Amino acid sequence: MSVRRLAVEQPEGFVFTPENLKWAQAVIEKYPEGRQASAVISLLWRAQEQNGGWVSEPALRYIAEMLDMAYIRVYEVVTFYTMFNLEPVGRYYVQICGTTPCMLNGSEDLKEACRKHIGPKDTVSDDGMFSWTEVECLGACVNAPMAQINKYYYEDLTEDLLGEIIEKLRKGESVAPGPQDGRQGCAPKSGPNTLIDSAIYNSDDSGPEPGYAGTSDPKSKMPGAY
Amino acid sequence: MPKLIIDGNEHDFPDGITLIQACGLVGVEIPRFCFHERLSIAGNCRMCLVEVVGMPKPIASCAMSVNDLRPGPDGTPPTINTKSETTRRAQEGTMEFLLVNHPLDCPICDQGGECDLQDQAMAYGFNAGRFKDNKRAVEDKYLGPLIKTSMTRCIHCTRCVRFMTEVAGVPELGLIGRGEDAEITTYLEHGIHSNLSANIVDLCPVGALTSKPYAFQARPWELAKTPSIDVMDAVGSSIRVDSRGKEVLRILPRINDAVNEEWISDKARHVWDGLRTQRLDRPYLRKDGKLAPCTWDEAFAAIANRIKSAGAEKFGTIAGDLAAAEEMFALKTLADELGSPNIDCRQDGSKFDPTLGRATYLFNATIGGIEDADAVLLVGCDPRVEAPVLNSRILKRWKQLSGKLPVGLVGADVDLTYPYQRLGAGPETLLEIAKGGHDFAKTLKDAKKPMVILGPAACARSDGYDILTVGAKIATEIGAITDEWNGFSVLHAAAGRVAGLDLGLVPGDKGLGTADMIAAAGKGDLEVLYLLGADEIDMSDVGKAFVIYQGSHGDKGANRADVILPGAAYTEKEGTYVNTEGRAQMTARAIFPPGEAREDWTILKHLSNALGKPLPFETLQELRSKMYAAAPQLAQLDALEKADPSPIAKLASHAAKPGSDPFGLSMDDYYLSNPIARASAIMASLSAMLADAGKATGTDG
Repeated sequence: MSVRRLAVEQPEGFVFTPENLKWAQAVIEKYPEGRQASAVISLLWRAQEQNGGWVSEPALRYIAEMLDMAYIRVYEVVTFYTMFNLEPVGRYYVQICGTTPCMLNGSEDLKEACRKHIGPKDTVSDDGMFSWTEVECLGACVNAPMAQINKYYYEDLTEDLLGEIIEKLRKGESVAPGPQDGRQGCAPKSGPNTLIDSAIYNSDDSGPEPGYAGTSDPKSKMPGAY
Repeated sequence: MPKLIIDGNEHDFPDGITLIQACGLVGVEIPRFCFHERLSIAGNCRMCLVEVVGMPKPIASCAMSVNDLRPGPDGTPPTINTKSETTRRAQEGTMEFLLVNHPLDCPICDQGGECDLQDQAMAYGFNAGRFKDNKRAVEDKYLGPLIKTSMTRCIHCTRCVRFMTEVAGVPELGLIGRGEDAEITTYLEHGIHSNLSANIVDLCPVGALTSKPYAFQARPWELAKTPSIDVMDAVGSSIRVDSRGKEVLRILPRINDAVNEEWISDKARHVWDGLRTQRLDRPYLRKDGKLAPCTWDEAFAAIANRIKSAGAEKFGTIAGDLAAAEEMFALKTLADELGSPNIDCRQDGSKFDPTLGRATYLFNATIGGIEDADAVLLVGCDPRVEAPVLNSRILKRWKQLSGKLPVGLVGADVDLTYPYQRLGAGPETLLEIAKGGHDFAKTLKDAKKPMVILGPAACARSDGYDILTVGAKIATEIGAITDEWNGFSVLHAAAGRVAGLDLGLVPGDKGLGTADMIAAAGKGDLEVLYLLGADEIDMSDVGKAFVIYQGSHGDKGANRADVILPGAAYTEKEGTYVNTEGRAQMTARAIFPPGEAREDWTILKHLSNALGKPLPFETLQELRSKMYAAAPQLAQLDALEKADPSPIAKLASHAAKPGSDPFGLSMDDYYLSNPIARASAIMASLSAMLADAGKATGTDG
């Protein structure tokens, strides 16, 4: 991590799309009167999605005004969390986990693949399709090394596998997220060795998972959905 | 009343204080950087770690309440060891980490000699540094013309951020980034838009924020420090004037809980460069249309000739905003001796009448009393400009009540840093409230300790007396005047005004007030006009009158004058000033007046000799004893005697027919409101910054 500054070139302005505005108002209403500022991270995150992966300065002011906060308070939040990008990113934003388990399993090779197929770290490729950065642990250590591309995890990578994924995405093909070496989820590499009796899954009438709001479209999380 | 054992001694403590305050109460010093009694608790510098027996780790004493500790297993009170090995090692460790990234540039740092980090590193630090890595470097930030930044020195205590947000009410500073990359800055580095901003220089425990105009001027141990009183507004903040030789080098606040707590406005702090420039340092006499230097005797002779030929009825005197009580008393005595009833200390044209009683022109609720108020009505008042420190008291009260302090404003639409309800623009709204027909009148009536604050813009107009009367009506109507509370409060903007009213510097029988005097001078009915530091009048209106200007600065008055008598500024004389509450306080002489300039009362004394009507005192002490006989309250230095509230009811019973003009603003430019400020280059740069901010669109820095 290093000193983070707002991008030099900024767009003219920012407004939420009508759908996002409606969503934002619903988020703000979750909080008691006078505590709207609590919604700041959610709103910044949605603004980042709408803006193609980064938070612009007009967006920052727009959200500050929406939440009745001083600009500097939003500026503090946006510079504190590294998940907010302050400079434009590629259409596919590749985040390579560089923390110990991934590093031991070859994340340095993944970075090499990125350098080869995308370019230097934190710069957008010439075609505007890609940029990459190194991040701290993304919590997928079982499937190390891994990379997050936009919202999806690509796991059990090697330098070649990641290079292929990048090239496929560049051509507009879709790549299924998850382990890339044929492994099932985070089961042992040799295949599942527990809870393998399929009969235990037959009588599942528990309904949707707790917390499932029934609103998200799985496709919206696919790479390139912005 | 929790009991604690601190360093082996058992004490009782009041509820709700923190360990660091408890230790302070019993004389045990705990080092600290982020903790400040008047700011919220941050707990982020970790310097105040102490050992609490039974706790696994040292405790940050600034963030631990005395009520939150458990007694020992055998029932002994909680035990705090501030000198133990554990405490010492914790503090040494914290200090070592703070110094990891702190540059060793003390020899070129302006904070050197008065630096908390320097002092505490000596007292609580480890004897050597063990970190050999490169230190971090941070870009300096632009925070306006008053604050010089050297952000590599910053230790992230966030005192400045908390001050700007909580006390100044301007949330413009923030801590961006995190960890090693954290930086203090404003949003996109604009200058800070607050007239209390320079207080963060005092708050900064290291040399990250230092005073830009004072940069590399002096070391603290070279300076003579004179406790004094500020005269830039009528709050009368306690200040310390730091001088070296013939120059005032800086002005700092002194702690005075009753008045300014420990803050002063930027104008009070940075007006000092105006004390050096545009000074009148010798008498001048206008000969053939041009001002030429002369001797004191020539000046006095010229004045005496003119006054004798004009006669007392055609002689008028106006005392200015910065005049001290002593010279006003001398002026009044001289006018009385000459038999001239034309005297006025209200050059802004306000209509206070001291014969009614003191309570009708004082801030009776007192500044400290704001912290008891539960509803505020502001009339023709912009306290953020007229009395910045007082405004921050109202903000403090608003915060104490969690934003539930109802504030109503009748007057111009201004930014007060706290939300208020704008009830109306002019006297009609005021009359409506007085009749009780307005919603806010009910709010005021329901309040236990309501305040009605009448500002200069309400009183300094031709119908000022009527407005004052309506204000008194409202105060009596809403029950603002009880045995223990008097909410009728007049906010003055001029430091000399209350003393002038106390001494009765208002027109005598058939005498002319300021406006009448100027009009009469314009028509030629008034031949001699004596201005005691009065610059806020339009000099083009005084016609062909013979103008005598006595004062410290070559400003509008001196420009027009026929005779100039050079006087002393407030840092160069012992003068009594009465603040808007009616609190008499005395300035002290930090330096001598420049050149031939003299203390103002002595000029009037010599002039009276030249006129053949010598004033009845030879020394300042004799003058004061006579002055105290005339106005005994001036002798009660620093004390505040509450004025008898009965005149307010009497005033309220008068008929009032105010006009319909909306209330304006009392000052065109806060930073250029008096002759000293107008001579100051720092004030000019602040004024320019403010003008730029007015033009800003919001996207520019």
